[in-house]
This record gives sequence, structure tokens and C-alpha cells, in this order.
Amino acid sequence: MPTPERAGPPLELRGAGKSFGAQVALLPTDLVFEAGRTTVLIGPSGCGKSTLLRLLNGLLAPDSGEVLFRGAPLRAAALHEARRRSGYLIQEGGLFPHLTAGANVALPAQLADCTAAAIAARLRDLAGLARLPADLLDRYPAQLSGGQRQRVALMRALVLDPDTLLLDEPLGSLDPLVRAELQDDLRAIFRALGKTVVFVTHDLAEAAWFADRVVLLRAGRVVQAGTIAELARRPAEPFVREFLAAQRRTHAGLEALDA
Amino acid sequence: MIGLLAIAAALPLSWCGQDPGSPAPRVTVGSKKFTESVLLGEIAVRLLEDAGMETRHRRELGGTRILWNALLAGEIDVYAEYTGTLLHEILADESLAGEDLAAALEARGLRASRPLGFENSYALGMRAAQARELGVASIGDLRAHPGLRFGFGNEFLDREDGWPALRAAYRLPQESVGGLDHDLAYRALDAGDIDVMDLYTTDAEIVHYDLLPLTDDRGHFPRYEAVWIWRADLVDRAPGAVAALRRLEGRLDSGTMRAMNARVKLDRDPDAQVAAEYLAAELGLAGEWTLEPLAARLLQRTLEHLLLVAAALAAAVLAAVPLGVLAARRPRAGQVVLALAGVMQTVPSLALLALLIPMLGIGALPAIVALFLYGLLPIVRNTHAGLVGVPAELRESAEAIGMSARARLLRIDLPLASPSILAGIQTSAVIAVGVATLGALIDSGGYGQPILTGIRLDDTALILEGALPAAAMAIAVQILFGLLERVLVPRGIRLAAVR
Repeated sequence: MPTPERAGPPLELRGAGKSFGAQVALLPTDLVFEAGRTTVLIGPSGCGKSTLLRLLNGLLAPDSGEVLFRGAPLRAAALHEARRRSGYLIQEGGLFPHLTAGANVALPAQLADCTAAAIAARLRDLAGLARLPADLLDRYPAQLSGGQRQRVALMRALVLDPDTLLLDEPLGSLDPLVRAELQDDLRAIFRALGKTVVFVTHDLAEAAWFADRVVLLRAGRVVQAGTIAELARRPAEPFVREFLAAQRRTHAGLEALDA
Repeated sequence: MIGLLAIAAALPLSWCGQDPGSPAPRVTVGSKKFTESVLLGEIAVRLLEDAGMETRHRRELGGTRILWNALLAGEIDVYAEYTGTLLHEILADESLAGEDLAAALEARGLRASRPLGFENSYALGMRAAQARELGVASIGDLRAHPGLRFGFGNEFLDREDGWPALRAAYRLPQESVGGLDHDLAYRALDAGDIDVMDLYTTDAEIVHYDLLPLTDDRGHFPRYEAVWIWRADLVDRAPGAVAALRRLEGRLDSGTMRAMNARVKLDRDPDAQVAAEYLAAELGLAGEWTLEPLAARLLQRTLEHLLLVAAALAAAVLAAVPLGVLAARRPRAGQVVLALAGVMQTVPSLALLALLIPMLGIGALPAIVALFLYGLLPIVRNTHAGLVGVPAELRESAEAIGMSARARLLRIDLPLASPSILAGIQTSAVIAVGVATLGALIDSGGYGQPILTGIRLDDTALILEGALPAAAMAIAVQILFGLLERVLVPRGIRLAAVR
């Protein structure tokens, strides 16, 4: 897909902040997302990580500063294109209940005027990639398990072969076994495809599993960004240590921290 | 739905359309929704047909004012009216004397015949046997019998120009004067509980109970003489029509009119038959008459009723779904839209019909417009509720996929809202089936016609002839929408609803 090359990283926040009324969700923030890397946004509930993610595909517009998509400001005109070039996956999958799994996956491609044959081929490839039995594509979301729904949602996010993938606690509602299985599959897919990934979670183990880089937020502010080992070795402030320690208690034997 | 629309599109031509190629002049007769007026309408129809006219009888219209306006607007050409009604009700503002009536009508492009012969005036009545016994023939004669018990309808009893004026005019001495319902008064009189009641001089019950209307020897009551009134242009449009109508002048006396009323109202003879037999005897007109068989009547009314409901519903869907979308998209405009549709719902249906008549006349059109207005609210409200109820994460997902606002509406929001929208349309349809029966008051046809006639004649069988099919149609609508839901609501949503 030939596109005009622009200077700059796939995604960048420049002083971007967002408030809802008097409630500050995200203070003006500078953050660069490098191509092909997985960034995990982590922090306690209400820290602004979901707001940050929504700024990245224009579901929210910043009050201050700007969001750059491939170096260009993400505004009304560019929004449409930017959204088609970034896949988005949320907790319950956001599958449309009136469409079959296959139709859900195909929808973005149909809107992009792909041919039926191309779409069918793409569906087969993606089903293989997401390890979803192809016969499930004829089912409606209500007829699928939670894990299967997330695999379908992932296929939908990937169908236009986007440059970036934005995931908002995609595994949050799954039971532990399904979740572990999907964590394995997702990481394999990210690595295989080389996408720029921004992944929101509040689970440190999950962050450690996926992240090239972790961005820890608290109360609308980036507390520290770096590898999880850096955060553990050189915490920028006491909160970082507290956050890691609290999570470590619940996940005794967290490998990445020991490494 | 498509079937209904096809019927709706095809019907007006066959149903209310006029045949432009027809050489015979066409005269439209009106009648009010009481037996005497309907009989006079039938008589007018037969007189006109005898003179070679094409006719249409717009029967049982909902009141004096509706007929008068329909006549002025040219929707009917002629109907039977009473001089008292013209002077004291329709033209009451002008305080006309009787001799000025013709000029007042002429100024409005109307003409009146000479009196047809009978009066339908206020009168006092007694059992004929008792009247003979006491030697009472006029109201003045009542002065000699102060012990007689009077029972009056409450309106007559209380109205300034009712009993108080009558008592003063005749210096009546009776002390026992009570108020009671008019229909009950006949029974009370028959049972001997009262001796004198107020009545109208052509009431059918006078025959049934063998009563004597007492002569108004002082001319106290206004006179309600029956006359034809017609549009002045009828002379040019249908030469011979006026002459045909005037054959009845001076021929129809009160006793005959009473007997005809009694035959229709008490013996349940069809009005067409009674009118035909009267004219055959009186003027030697051909006496055959036909009554449509039940199946044909039912079919005709079903088609009429379906037309009203389907046309109104189709228009309501076309208008209300976009309004519901607007209401969901722009909350402030939405408040206004929902409030207006709600207000529309509170306007009484009779008032709404009356308001529409000056603009749209009588017939199917104003009824369809009224049903359309009533149909808006349930659809607007359910469309709004269905769209607002689309879960936020689905709306967000659609946006994140890069769908345009239009694509989101058509491919996501409306399908997800479809169960709610369909339920709103169903509610509107059921309401329309019921309210459409009121359309009979303005000659829009449908199941309301036999209900109206049945109420007039106190004929339960006739009421049921309209009410049962209307109920059946309401149930059929329910079933139809149950089936439509299977077709229109996406299967995935029905599956999700079951879980």
C-alpha cells in the first residue's frame, strides 16, 4: 500500500493533555512511540492510560498540545486515514452483535472497498494467524466464547494490515487459562508482524510479558518510562517502587523482575 | 409491509377516485349521524338517481358543523337541515329572523328548498291514551291538570330557554318536575312513573310507545322545519338535480317521518329499504333496493381500513425514524421533537379531526393525516431510545474502525436499534387500527362505519360487525410484526437477547 512517507515516528504526543470538565484525565504529556516496538501503558485505575490511548486514534481530541500520526497532526481531515491505519481492540472486543464473526472482521475491509475475493483470502490468513477455527467465522458473537471473541476482534483490528495496534485491556475479562493462551499468541503475533503496539493494562505481569517499554502513569501524569528492569532498578520516585512491590506480591515469581 | 404499501398506493384510485369520463352529472349528498338525517340522505340519493344523476352518499358525518363546512367547501352538494338549526345554531351570530334565512344562505352561495313538510322540534309528549282520557291535545291544555308529573331531560330542565321559559310562557302550574336521562324518560313514561316528557316531534319512540306530541299552541318552541340546502352551482353542474330534490317539498309529514324513523331504529329495517319503499309509495319511484352482502361489506371496509392504517403508518415511519435519529444525535433538538410529538398525542382525536377539516376537508385524507400525527410519537421515541441505547463501546469501536457517521448509522446503529424501532412501529400500528374507527365520523370509511351506525341504532350486532374485525386486525398486526421481527431484526441480536 503506497503511502506518502513522512518524517517522524508512527505516533507522538506533543504536550497533549485532556480534561473532562474540571477533572484532569491527562496532564500535558510528551511521548514518542517508536516503530515496531510494543509500549505498555500501566498504572492504577483512573491514571489516564485509557485516555492516552484514545488520544492516539482520535476518539478523544486533546485540549492542549497535539497528537502526531506519522509526523502529521491528527485532526479532522487526517483522522479517517489514521484510524484505518491503526487497529483498535478493547476489553470485550467491541464486536457488533448483529454481524457474524466473519462479517465483523470483513467490515473495515469492505469500507475500504476491498474485493470480496481479497477479503476472503485475508480472512483465511488472519484466522490462521489468530488460531481461530475457520468455521467459527460464520457464528455470531453471542455464539462464541470470550476468548474466541477476542481472537475475532484481533483479526478485525488487523484486517487492513495497520501500522499500529492500540489495545485497551484486551484480555481483562478473560479467565486465567484463556488469558495466558492469548498472551502467548498475541506476543507471537506482535513479534511476527513488527507492528507498533500500544497496550493498556493494569497487570504488571502482563506488562512485563509484552513490553519493550513500560510507561507508568499516575493521576494523569507519566511517572516513569523505560524497560521494566529500569523501573525496578532506578525508580524515578517512591510510587514506582510501591507499584512494583504491590504487584509483585500478587505475582510472586515474576520472571522479568528477576532477570 | 411492502404488500400493504402496494395496496395503499393502488387503492385511492379505485376507491375515492372519480371517473372523469362519466357523462352523468355527479351529486354528493351528506347526512348527519342520526337516523332521520341518514334516511333523508337516502331519499335524496334516490330522487337524484331517478333523475339520471350519479350520486354519492357521505353518510353519518360527525356533526352539524362538519356538514355545513363540507357544503361550503363543495365536498357535498346537498343535505337536509332544519330551519331552527340554521337560525339558532349555524348562523346564530347573525340573529336572523326566519324570513331573512334565504338571503343569508344566498350570500354564502347556498340555496334552500321550501319545507319538506315535517318538523323536528322540541315538544312535550304524553301517552296517547291518557291524553285522550284527559282531553289534552296542546300544551295549553296541561294547565287544567296540575297533578300531572313531568320528567325532563336534564338539559331541557336547566336551560334558560327550556323548561323555565316554557313554564312562564304557558303559566304551567305543575309541581312534580324531575330531571332524568332522555332514554330512561321514555321508559318511565311508558311505565306510568311520569305523565309528560320533553321529546322531539319525529322521535321513533313516539310510535313505539304510542305517545302524543302536544301542539305548541302559543308557538313557544322554535320551529325546526326540514329543508334541503344545496350549493347554488348545483343548478349549472347538474341540471335537474334541484327539481328532483324539490319533488319532496311539502310531502313528508311528521307522522310519516316518525314511522320511517321507527322502522329503521326500532325494527332495524335498512335505511335504504325504508327510503325506497317510501318513495315508491309516495312518488311512484322504482322501488328496488339492494343491501350489500356481509362479505362484500366486510371486504370493502377492510380495504378502506387497511388503506387508512397503511398509508398513515408508512408516512409516520418515513417521518418519525429520521426525527428519532435527529433526536438521538442532537439532544437539544431531540427534546423539542419528543415534546412536540408528545403534545400531538394529547390532542383529542375528535378535536384533531375537526382542526384538519378546514384544511383537508372530509374523507380519507384528514383521517390519514390524523393517524399519521398520532403514529409519530411511539416511533420517534423508540428510535431515539434504541439509538441512545447502543452501547458506548460499540459506538466507539465503529468510530475507531474509521466508519463515517453515515456508515455507522446505517450499518451499526440502526440495525442495533431495530428491535426498539420495530416495537415502536408496532405500537403505532395497533393504535392506528383502533383510532381509524373514528374516521367514520368524517366519511373516511373503514370499520368505524358499522360501529357508528350500530351506536346510532343501538344495534349490538352492527357494532360488533365493525368492532370484531377491528380487533382481529389489531391481532393480525401483532402477529405480522412478530414475523417481521424475524426478518428485520438481525439474527445475531436475537441470539444475544436470548443469552
